[in-house]
Amino acid sequence: MNDIYEGLVAAFWLVVTLDSDLMQISLRSLQVSLSALLIASAIALPLGTFLAIRRFRFRRLVISLLNALMGLPPVVVGLIVYILLSRSGPFGVLGLLFTPTAMIIAQVIIITPLIASITHQAMRELWAEYHDLLISLNTSPWQRIKTLIWDGRRNLLTASLAGFGRAIGEVGAIMIVGGNIDNATRVLTTAIALETGKGDFALALALGFVLIALAIGINICIHWLSRTEREGRW
Amino acid sequence: MSTILPLILKDVAVRRRGKRLLGPVDLTLKSEGLTMIVGPNGSGKTTLLRVMHGVERLSSGSATWAVAEEEARHRQSYVFQTPIMLRRTVADNLRYPLQLIATPRAEVETRIARWAKRIGLEERMGLQATRLSGGEKQKLALARALIRKPDVLFLDEPCANLDGASTRDIESILQTALSEKTRIIMTTHDLGQAKRLARDAIFMLHGVVHETGLATGFFSAPQTAELQAFFRGDIIA
Repeated sequence: MNDIYEGLVAAFWLVVTLDSDLMQISLRSLQVSLSALLIASAIALPLGTFLAIRRFRFRRLVISLLNALMGLPPVVVGLIVYILLSRSGPFGVLGLLFTPTAMIIAQVIIITPLIASITHQAMRELWAEYHDLLISLNTSPWQRIKTLIWDGRRNLLTASLAGFGRAIGEVGAIMIVGGNIDNATRVLTTAIALETGKGDFALALALGFVLIALAIGINICIHWLSRTEREGRW
Repeated sequence: MSTILPLILKDVAVRRRGKRLLGPVDLTLKSEGLTMIVGPNGSGKTTLLRVMHGVERLSSGSATWAVAEEEARHRQSYVFQTPIMLRRTVADNLRYPLQLIATPRAEVETRIARWAKRIGLEERMGLQATRLSGGEKQKLALARALIRKPDVLFLDEPCANLDGASTRDIESILQTALSEKTRIIMTTHDLGQAKRLARDAIFMLHGVVHETGLATGFFSAPQTAELQAFFRGDIIA
């Protein structure tokens, strides 16, 4: 109990004094996870929608593959990205290992299947509802995807937030490909792991509370934005 | 602008899972007035309508318009028995078909305003369409179908489950459309409505066209025993 209390106090002081290390680490966490979220959403939302409306030969296979990939162990993703980006790997020349970019790549791989799968579920329902009308109006496949994405945007938001939640709390992959380097690739989760290892529970807990607050804050923020957004064009 | 009619159905059949839903049907639709399709449930009315509209896969036969398939598809609309509302505002539902074909902005707004007035939903343009009542939804669906000024309009029991006032509103919109030279093909279970609107009629039974004729003779002097029985209200096996 004492640890938690001390953690709360430490967290409070770190936040009110705008501790520069904490700010830097939190901002990097946000930067990495939001970038990963943007990229993953750009891939997964159209992909999930496409899978919902298009019948093709290996559709079932792709969908079950996506569902299976949702449970991809982050550590393994980290390992594979590490090998690909390491000096001797195929993308070694890019020099990306131990940079925030590498962390973004790993997180994109982890959350894309998750977002695509939830998107597919939601879009399948909407497509069943819209199918006859959109066929009757002679829409092109691309117009159909745009219509479904726009009218299903609330559901897609949920899908994206699930992806963000997984990204911001993820530690295994970014620890491996980022290396938890101070002032370069240290983020909230890796810092917590480090501080716990060092036995500095107060600081670890403080970081943990900041992380939770951040996750909740972003969720509330996005929901608030989407509610106030005006109905517009697509 | 040349008309997309006549539509010629030649030896059309639709089979699903070994069961014949429609056909063989040979039918030519010429360019005037309103054709009413009547018949008992499961007689193939809706399937016939969908075949004409080009959204049903044919098992055999052909359906050809006077113009190319792609152009014909653009110049016809379809109103479903249960109106499908986009999860958008009433105004955006009206806007949608025009948006798809890249209509100039000013023209879009003019047409939306005109149709809003015609269906009496001016006050509710900003409301989510899914929250309208059943009658309002069907009127909106009809307006959305007519807003592109189609040459041909298909309606699948547009007044099923509607009360007298809504039915009258819809029939008056249809009458206006007819006077503007829109060709209408619709199904109904309401024989009163059939008599009020039809110029000619088709009686479907067991997936085939059983009897056709101009409205005058069709309703007053049906030729086949089955159609006579249908008008009497007998249940046709």
